[in-house]
Amino acid sequence: MLMSRNGRADALTVRARVIDPSGGLDEPATVTVEDGVITAIQSVATAPEGLVLAPAFVDPHVHLRTPGREDEETIASGTEAAAAGGYCAIVAMPNTDPVVDNASVLEALVERAREEAVVPTGFTAAISKGQRGEELTEMAELAAAGAIAFTDDGRPVASAGLMRRALAYSAVADRPLALHCEEPTLSAGGQMHEGAVSAALGLAGWPSVAESLMVERDLSLAAYESRPVHLQHLSARASVDAVRRARAAGVQVSAEASPHHLCATDELVRTLDANVKMNPPLRTEDDRRALVEGLVDGTIDCVATDHAPHARHEKDVPFEEAPFGVTGLETAFGALNTFLVRTREVPLATLLDRLSAGPARALGLPVPRIAVGDPANLVLLDLEAEWTVREDSFRSRSANSWLLGRTLVGAVVKTVAGGRVVFAA
Amino acid sequence: MTTERRHLLAVGDLTRADAERILDTASALERSLDREMKKLPTLRGRLVVNLFYESSTRTLSSFELAAKRLSADTMVLRASGSSVDKGESLRDTALTLAAYDPDVIVIRHPHIGASQLVAAATDAHVINAGDGKHQHPTQALLDLHTIRDALGRLDGVTVAIVGDVLHSRVARSLVEALLLVGAEPVLIAPPTLLPRNVEALGAKVSHSIDPLADVDVVYVLRMQAERMEASYVPSLREYTALYGVTPDRVRPGQVVMHPGPMNRGVEIDPRVADSGASLVTTQVRSGLVVRMAVLYDLLTAPGLHVAPVPIMEVA
Repeated sequence: MLMSRNGRADALTVRARVIDPSGGLDEPATVTVEDGVITAIQSVATAPEGLVLAPAFVDPHVHLRTPGREDEETIASGTEAAAAGGYCAIVAMPNTDPVVDNASVLEALVERAREEAVVPTGFTAAISKGQRGEELTEMAELAAAGAIAFTDDGRPVASAGLMRRALAYSAVADRPLALHCEEPTLSAGGQMHEGAVSAALGLAGWPSVAESLMVERDLSLAAYESRPVHLQHLSARASVDAVRRARAAGVQVSAEASPHHLCATDELVRTLDANVKMNPPLRTEDDRRALVEGLVDGTIDCVATDHAPHARHEKDVPFEEAPFGVTGLETAFGALNTFLVRTREVPLATLLDRLSAGPARALGLPVPRIAVGDPANLVLLDLEAEWTVREDSFRSRSANSWLLGRTLVGAVVKTVAGGRVVFAA
Repeated sequence: MTTERRHLLAVGDLTRADAERILDTASALERSLDREMKKLPTLRGRLVVNLFYESSTRTLSSFELAAKRLSADTMVLRASGSSVDKGESLRDTALTLAAYDPDVIVIRHPHIGASQLVAAATDAHVINAGDGKHQHPTQALLDLHTIRDALGRLDGVTVAIVGDVLHSRVARSLVEALLLVGAEPVLIAPPTLLPRNVEALGAKVSHSIDPLADVDVVYVLRMQAERMEASYVPSLREYTALYGVTPDRVRPGQVVMHPGPMNRGVEIDPRVADSGASLVTTQVRSGLVVRMAVLYDLLTAPGLHVAPVPIMEVA
């Protein structure tokens, strides 16, 4: 269940290069929207240079910090950021204060989204009560209250026994589990990827095997219980390899990678900038390449921002004291276009699929399409627009971006979500 | 006229020429201290603040005395018994101190990146006196000075660094400093006490203590008892049996160093610690003159680089 505030449906006409990878569409065209619905797609000879109209993006992994840390993000500010990033749907994580682990917390959030959300917003609920990894939440009731999926994101389900029960029981709720894969005794105390850079800096390592080992465990359990799993924010080559093997063996698995893991490596941590500290950590160039290969061949179905707002004063501390997480909703397309599409590592159409249809399918959400009769969920992109990421350029309440000060090429010009124009540059 | 604001945050801030100039200054200061008058007027009217978030005996006393010997005013702020106890952030503490207009802030902190943060937040010259497991550049310089004093050279000197490299800022800084001046470090430790990808540090590595026989300098690292709890090694007994620096493992002509405080009978046998080969007290004396030299260099000489603001490289 996606929820947003009501408003009138818009009408608009856009002439651009129209790309809808799932419909095999890529041609200059004029798209007409009336009453929030696509009513015509008319081929034209040419379109303005650099302008691309695509299905709007879907983010399966956002932290809206509500309830509990509304100083960092609210449903209103987070969805405004999403609109500015080209998103027509986002899915919020349940690691809030209190944790979304019972129907009353979830219902209050859905209600708030109905009042505040600029972009349709879905909520996940926790796998375990308090995300403590001990007892399952009431999944059936939570699903009925609107939970899109179940996840203890932010921490792993350490117990294999509980994970097995969660997988089996999730069939009753008919929702997938979204898993944060981290073997906690291997990652304990880890501040960054364990490798040459951590050796030089003396920062405690968070080794890639701590992720891939848990990926292997969870894929084995998913196979055993014949249940679908969605693996969150993969960062390591061995994890991508494991997903590829499991899918070939028939396991129902979908997987995310974040823009920062796809574009950057642990070399950035040499700056000791707390805005390059996230969980899982940035890894090596070899890992980054494996993620990009996985994105291209479809092993990784979705780009997920793992948008994680933090108050400035909490990041403005020595690296080891800083919390994990970076924002991403407003920079995702610019970063991916700059570092992956323009460098020809990833074709544009592939990226657009992984930003929209991929995540929608993974979490069972409506797939945004550019087709006559469909609701308008559109993003208009300028592939040539240059802009510099600045603290004051965000609609998010937080500015802890790993891209501060960088110039990106590629910007969102307009976003239409559920038939309404929610962002116009 | 504006002068560049210079810091010493990591050994990587130094060129070989910088390191050698500081060591030469330290040697000159050492000669001056042999005179009856132990105080120099060089830094009269300057303020050196020692901001210590970790307990420290020799580093703090050494910076304190170094500043006093150069006639600077000094102030010590410790984390306990200060506003830090009341939850003040490092940035706010740094800004508070900056209001006194200090020339130098010396900072010791349990977390990596603290000295960078103070350097960014204030106008003072900042000296990193140890940040987490990252860097302790004045320790590395005083060790170089001690070795040069004892052996008359640094180029080509072989140095075995024995012990808990994984948790040691001293080891990290010293390896970098030794490589900078053309010396040859070899790290000796069990695999569990070496960082993964240790080869990236540029030193030779051995899991056996055998290479100890072939070096000029034996540098012993402190072995902390809490490493046993996390199973980095099964017992102190086994550690000492395999890696303890005992009289039978030290060859005549070798010198032995330790950054202190020593665990006698664990990483170093008392008979070695108290032998003629031990340079432990020389290290303390070197600490004083080297820190005087660093203060002098930062405040008067044009040589040191500004610690560069690292540029982020994105693939």
